[in-house]
Amino acid sequence: MGVARYNKNEKDEVQDVILQSGIHIKSLYTHKDLEEIGFDPEKDLALPGEYPFTRGIHSQGYRSREWTTRQYTGFGTPKETNERFKLMISHGQTGLNVAFDLPTQMGLDSDDPLAEGEVGRVGMAVDSLRDFEIAFQGIPLDRIGAGLTINAVASIMLAMFQATAEKYGFKKDRVSATPQNDILKEIIGRGAWIFPVKPAVRLIGDTIEYSMKELPRTNPVSVCGYHIRESGCSPVQEIAYAFQIANTYIEEVLRRGHPIDDFVRGFTFNLNVFGNLWEQVAKFRAARKLWAINLKERYGAGDNRSLLLRGIFGGGGYGMTKAQPENNIIRGAYYALAAALGGAQTTALCSFDEAYTIPTPRAALLSLRTFQILMEESGLRDTVDPLAGSYFIETLTKQMEQKIVEEMKKIDEIGGMIKAVETGYVQKEVARQAYEFEKGVQKGELIKVGVNKYTEGEEMEVELHEYRGESAEEQVQRLQEIRRERDNRKVTQLLKDLENAAKAENNVMPYLLECCKAYATVGEMTGVFKEVYGEFKEPSIF
Amino acid sequence: MEKKIRILVAKPGLDGHDRGAKVVAQALRDAGMEVIYTGLHQTIGQIINTALQEDVDVIGLSIMSGAHLPICQKLTREMKEKDLGDILVVIGGVIPKRDTPLLQKMGIHGIFPGGTSFDESIRWIKENVKT
Repeated sequence: MGVARYNKNEKDEVQDVILQSGIHIKSLYTHKDLEEIGFDPEKDLALPGEYPFTRGIHSQGYRSREWTTRQYTGFGTPKETNERFKLMISHGQTGLNVAFDLPTQMGLDSDDPLAEGEVGRVGMAVDSLRDFEIAFQGIPLDRIGAGLTINAVASIMLAMFQATAEKYGFKKDRVSATPQNDILKEIIGRGAWIFPVKPAVRLIGDTIEYSMKELPRTNPVSVCGYHIRESGCSPVQEIAYAFQIANTYIEEVLRRGHPIDDFVRGFTFNLNVFGNLWEQVAKFRAARKLWAINLKERYGAGDNRSLLLRGIFGGGGYGMTKAQPENNIIRGAYYALAAALGGAQTTALCSFDEAYTIPTPRAALLSLRTFQILMEESGLRDTVDPLAGSYFIETLTKQMEQKIVEEMKKIDEIGGMIKAVETGYVQKEVARQAYEFEKGVQKGELIKVGVNKYTEGEEMEVELHEYRGESAEEQVQRLQEIRRERDNRKVTQLLKDLENAAKAENNVMPYLLECCKAYATVGEMTGVFKEVYGEFKEPSIF
Repeated sequence: MEKKIRILVAKPGLDGHDRGAKVVAQALRDAGMEVIYTGLHQTIGQIINTALQEDVDVIGLSIMSGAHLPICQKLTREMKEKDLGDILVVIGGVIPKRDTPLLQKMGIHGIFPGGTSFDESIRWIKENVKT
């Protein structure tokens, strides 16, 4: 949602429009608005592919390359997930984005008592390398990049991905993984955290440092404004918080003595698309510019390739509604349009049935077709940054930029994102706005079609994805087989080595790789980290 | 003065999606109730302990992961064993309609799937808590 607020007079004429970001929209924009806000086409825009990249990171936009499509996919066992991957690829999907079940996200083995009822439910279950081997069997990993939507244990999954690629004969400098690996947003918005903030950030530093040398095509971090916005914040805060989170990870790697230009190219972003179309497009354009400025001015990056904001712009989950679910198909199309007009490199959409269920194949394919219709039929590949120069869009882009800078300053004043999260400042801010937003919808001040306006009509029956208890049983059996068949003495020794590395604050990645290759389980490796690092305690925000 | 209703808003299991729980917690507080929020990743045992310590009238579970059936089964079973029948149990989140009869049979008193208005759930709680 995040729709704008409209004040109207008694004749139903719009008197004022206020975007979620707090910006008032005027009824008309002319060249005078650009003058007033100090718009300078040379400094504010330049050309696509040129600093400050407001118009896009590629000079030719989608002419040179279509976006990558990467629907979030995974459920049940690795075998079931592998079949769905192959279905999506056979229909033209060009990347993968793996959904893991909650026990895996929380670093628990499938037979852990806390995993009961959750194995394979919201994503694929992973216990050991065997599961990755099955999940990626027959996937051309040198052509298809894999997003791994995992955070607290992203380091383990990245090691597992490398071990899998090696096993299938792909060179490590040819494969590309994008682990989400953003623990700070997980603490703010999605809740799959395990370790305290500082060691958790150190683990992210390890993956970045390791990828520089070992996995050069991998993007070790995908900073997610996305989930923070899903949790309630405004589009301006989404970008401001994402950038301040990214700055935290940057500083962790700088602290280790690496020059910024050696590693920051591996940063990507995951940003949201729902809400007011103009606000979204302006947000992406402003974000690209500010990210380039941030790197150049705050960190002295010199290489142009370091300055590019690359990312997946997609999802839109909170804009979708449970009421009249088929309307979400239409919403998805507009969200995809916002992503394309905003210059997304990669995209994905929540499917129309997600308020009810794991998407059925039919729903997932509809999302994929939405992207294909945009690119193949609607002219989105014709020219780069088609909205550039519009009085309105350029004014709004400048206004968004100013607001994002203000919001970033607030975090600087608190002393950075780690502090802002440990004290619960950001969580409070996000929860407060989520409540305001919900009140607005319930009072009918923010219009959602089918929810508080045009609610007539029959409810559609949604086909539900069936959870298979047998898949969970199969998973547990495979895990127990692995524990029986592997060289347990070797595993014990490798886990001990991992523990020593973690205690000494050495980079843990080479140790994780060895553990994964010996079929140590996710629960065992996480257990080592819990022992060394302890566990995160949520600040109380009420 | 009328006694304030005390309600525990709880996030059981591994699901970390707490937007709904936090929004509802604020709405219940604004409706004059004493709200205690457990935070994430709570076991059934932890939830029951907190409910006892805080002497609540209602436990409100928020579950988005689809694991509501096993979680509610476990909670209601343990509550019966501990003879906590006086506490009302309500649930919100991604709860398909077809699961309503099963949940009611387990002893879940109120079911408020996503999309339920604040007014409706507040009214239900006020009508059903014996004060």
